[in-house]
Amino acid sequence: MTAQVVTISSGKGGVGKTTAVANIAVALAMDGDKVVCIDGDIGLRNLDVVMGLENRIVYDIVDVIEGRCKLRQAMIRDKHLPELYLIPAAQTRDKNSVSPSDMKRICEELRSSTDFVLIDSPAGIERGFRNAIAPADRVLVITNPEVSAVRDADRVIGILEAEEKHAPALVINRLNPDLVKQHDMLSAEDVLDLLGIQLIGIVPEDETVIVGSNRGVPVSQDQKSRAGQAFRNIAHRLKGQEVPFLDVVGKQSGLWDRIQKMTGRRS
Amino acid sequence: MTWFKRKQSADSAKERLQLVLIHDRTDLSAGELNALKDELLQVISRHVDIDPDGVQIDVEHDGRAQRLVADIPLRSVSRRRAG
Repeated sequence: MTAQVVTISSGKGGVGKTTAVANIAVALAMDGDKVVCIDGDIGLRNLDVVMGLENRIVYDIVDVIEGRCKLRQAMIRDKHLPELYLIPAAQTRDKNSVSPSDMKRICEELRSSTDFVLIDSPAGIERGFRNAIAPADRVLVITNPEVSAVRDADRVIGILEAEEKHAPALVINRLNPDLVKQHDMLSAEDVLDLLGIQLIGIVPEDETVIVGSNRGVPVSQDQKSRAGQAFRNIAHRLKGQEVPFLDVVGKQSGLWDRIQKMTGRRS
Repeated sequence: MTWFKRKQSADSAKERLQLVLIHDRTDLSAGELNALKDELLQVISRHVDIDPDGVQIDVEHDGRAQRLVADIPLRSVSRRRAG
């Protein structure tokens, strides 16, 4: 095994980085891949609660870096998926406790025994972000169809270009099909046109995502969730599979409308 | 509900973002771009006669690449310039 190290980043906070990491990780692990998630947000740890593992933390990434435990001891096994692990962030330290070379060293150690390492980058473009992208083979930039999120995503893409990282891929999260249809939300095409990078996923706005976070069970595990389906598709594309994009707005087929009518969600 | 047609907000968002992203990427503000245009025109008019009303200079984007595109119509020369 030689793991692919994938960092999820956004610039702006609150666009869904942590949710995306948890869901893509779960989707990969459901397919039988061995996945290690690293929470890169030192001081503001969250991936543990989204994955429902907050009560199992003994050691964190700073304990590994400062030699208080072995890497394996800081890897928390998921409750449902035995091939899924989390390395939590330290909660009482700051971003300077970790350096880009620490992150590279940890990922190198994981590479031989893992299929995927997913790193949840903190918001911003400072130290924590630099740490998170340092070991990445690929970066997924996640944004919402909204002016501030798109602008910040563009900054992150610019920095990645300057660092000569492998071209990042875009995840458009929380697309609201109704708003897009009434031209009150940027469409996926608009965002792609503005940012000019390759697309790897469009995730529709979906209440089940919050329900999943509440329970600590990412929605990728829910076969009926539309967002879950979108995250599973991203996982498959990461593995190089060709998966058609969901017809989220239903422009071509009106399928979206029909589904909405069938489920009685909208008149 | 709106009774009269307002401008669709997605269109405003896209137009505004197009401009903001060009400025972010090039580190060139709208004011600086105007100054650049003026200077460019001054230099060119030192050598040839241009039609100032037909001038168009803009930063365009092509994927993630930016380019400064100038369309500067030249006045036809009816007489040779002196000296």
